[in-house]
Amino acid sequence: MITECHPCNISGCSWWSEVQMGPPDPILGVSEAYKRDTNPKKINLGVGAYRDDQGKPYVLSCVRKAEAQIAAKKLDKEYLAIGGLGDFTKACAKLALGDDNEVIKSGRNITVQTISGTGSLRIGANFLSRFHTEARDVYLPKPSWGNHTPIFRDAGMQLKAYTYYDPKTCGFDFQGALNDISKIPEKSVIMLHACAHNPTGVDPRPEQWKEIADLVKKRNLLVFFDMAYQGFASGDIDRDAWAVRYFIEQGHNIVLSQSFAKNMGLYGERVGGFTVVCKDAEEAKRVESQLKILIRPIYSNPPMNGARIAATILNTPDLYKEWLGEVHGMANRIITMRELLVANLKKEGSTRNWKHVIDQIGMFCFTGLKPEQVERLTKEFSIYMTKDGRISMAGVTSGNVGYLAQGIHAVTK
Amino acid sequence: IMSLFGEVPQATPVAVFKLSNDFKEDANPKKVNLGVGAYRTDEGQPWVLPVVKKVEKIIVADNSLNHEYLAILGLPEFRSSASKIALGEDSPAIQENRVGAVQCLGGTGALKMGAEFLRRWYNGNDNTKTPVYVSAPTWENHNAVFANAGFEDVRPYKYWDAEKRGLDLDGFLGDLESAPKHSIFVLHACAHNPTGTDPTHVEWMQVAEVMKRRKLFVFFDSAYQGFASGCLDKDAWAVRYFVTQGFEMFCAQSFSKNFGLYNERVGNLTIVARDSDNLKRVLSQMEKIVRVTWSNPPSQGARLVAITLNTPELFAEWKDNVKTMADRVLLMRASLQAKLQALETPGTWDHITQQIGMFSFTGLNPKQVEYMIKERSIYLMASGRINMCGLTTKNIDYVAESIHETVVNVQ
Repeated sequence: MITECHPCNISGCSWWSEVQMGPPDPILGVSEAYKRDTNPKKINLGVGAYRDDQGKPYVLSCVRKAEAQIAAKKLDKEYLAIGGLGDFTKACAKLALGDDNEVIKSGRNITVQTISGTGSLRIGANFLSRFHTEARDVYLPKPSWGNHTPIFRDAGMQLKAYTYYDPKTCGFDFQGALNDISKIPEKSVIMLHACAHNPTGVDPRPEQWKEIADLVKKRNLLVFFDMAYQGFASGDIDRDAWAVRYFIEQGHNIVLSQSFAKNMGLYGERVGGFTVVCKDAEEAKRVESQLKILIRPIYSNPPMNGARIAATILNTPDLYKEWLGEVHGMANRIITMRELLVANLKKEGSTRNWKHVIDQIGMFCFTGLKPEQVERLTKEFSIYMTKDGRISMAGVTSGNVGYLAQGIHAVTK
Repeated sequence: IMSLFGEVPQATPVAVFKLSNDFKEDANPKKVNLGVGAYRTDEGQPWVLPVVKKVEKIIVADNSLNHEYLAILGLPEFRSSASKIALGEDSPAIQENRVGAVQCLGGTGALKMGAEFLRRWYNGNDNTKTPVYVSAPTWENHNAVFANAGFEDVRPYKYWDAEKRGLDLDGFLGDLESAPKHSIFVLHACAHNPTGTDPTHVEWMQVAEVMKRRKLFVFFDSAYQGFASGCLDKDAWAVRYFVTQGFEMFCAQSFSKNFGLYNERVGNLTIVARDSDNLKRVLSQMEKIVRVTWSNPPSQGARLVAITLNTPELFAEWKDNVKTMADRVLLMRASLQAKLQALETPGTWDHITQQIGMFSFTGLNPKQVEYMIKERSIYLMASGRINMCGLTTKNIDYVAESIHETVVNVQ
């Protein structure tokens, strides 16, 4: 409460005197520090944005073509519906669930366009907070994307965790995960990364996914899939969506967040989708009406540009084919960099086991580096990454992989 | 399996969008849509501003541009130029480095960010009990924005006098006097939605005096700058006056209407703080709120606006485009009023030309509105609000006749 000895709107005094300085965002803060660094050898392995082998942002060719097509159509700029562009949302659902998916055919999904992955997670969190009143807990894998926690918390959910990453192997702690999941109270929400787990790059194998699906069903948990890297993990759209589709097949009515930031390089256009798989089409209609009620007081309706580009690509056979090739290319470059990094580390004389660098998948690699080692890498080598030892493989190039290996070897030998 | 969502009720649709839907499905060739607030040409078509088309070509041709993430708070050159539009190039507050901004998703997004910040940091920490006052009537989404940000007490302040069809100044000032200290007031910078009725300069000064004395928080909603009078500076008079009076305040700006960029979601929350130190801390907390809502804003629309505002010839062309839209609206107002007078439609119709901006509160009651829709296929809001942009030289006679018939036959 503002007390009377705190006069405001009088010269010299402010409403905001008690507002604390907010801490810099741990992930985005890395890029900002990188920008300030004047070392010509600096490397940015912070935020997960794809870079080509010259270290440059990559605008996909299918995106440029789609943009040209759209420009030629001379469309207007009228507001989209609250749930977004229909051509986009339909294609978005098909991409995730598969063309012939029974869910789509029966109309029992509702898919809305969202402000990329973050916006999707936020709408999902708000929806669960308002309507999933039997349980307030969301179980995240340990670790998870840093922004998951504040998003769900801000939406009024409680955060818990289940074992996921095994620091001893830099791999998946399957037994640990099953143990923890078996204890999760019924009806709780469990967050699963569909593929290319962020930040570890560690994904369950199909047999492991099957067991998890079984256990989750036994525990009667609500599954929230976060799929930000479809196509980016293995290079294959269908393979990367396998877990999502398997769970649905097994009868889980999931909720799903999708992002097109990485797989279409549409980062700043903010293209995403949020899907609720419902019991039937009638329920989907009810859920849709409530999603609209949630969206309207946040931003009214979503931005057109990126959704239009994505829809054009997904719905035009030539462009779709070209896109699949480009996604495959991006994924391949990353896989190649993983191999090169390990090869260079060996060349440097490192005797540590770096197998996990190749086993992990997607944009990120959990190197296993400790915070002190990360700090040294940044201070002494101008190599920027998040404190947890996560590196964005997309920032690695054939030009800098040698220097990177040097640095990593120096701080770990 | 029992569904987790078995108990989710069907929500009622948002009225203004339902109206558009019903209009779409109406087969009457004479139908007129005076519902949702978007500009239309005299051919009844959406209008992509010529300057926007020009800038889009510039963007397409610029190979140095890509689709990378913007910063959390948005495109810097957009934020600063947008704030300049609201506060004026030579605003002392800008010169004193105490003006900042957050690029947001449209005007709605700017209101949302402001509301979320205020709930967390204004009048204590997480004080959800601070009253938020919105005008009676107001844009229907205002209530939901503040309620969803956590405010428990969103109340109306007297504004529209239905009997005299004008501003209820005494009621407005009275509510300002009796509001609990530190209450938040959402003020329409110009072209009040839905009434089209703005306070005069003198009336604004009276409002400001009470707000300063009673330590009320100023939150401007500026969705129609340029659109009301055709002149950017004129339409920003109230916002700028409050700045000269030393208020720390928020101004939610939308570029949906004045740039015709509706679906690109271009908005800006301008923050005027006491000094740069306070501003810095405020912006750092805004970042945290942005990060858990949309992470960073969409780039296309902001780029477009930034290029336009920062390039003199394009800026001039934009102002011209804005004037074109405002002038057409003024023409339709004058025409409608003249026709109703010529028809000798019962009642007074001066309010049509006295009101300003996109909307007019006709004074038609719900029964009359229903008649207009059902019998004449003329779609307007239950409140009697019409979008002047829906009028054209081709349909204005039909609309005038319809209003006449409705007023005569339906009470």
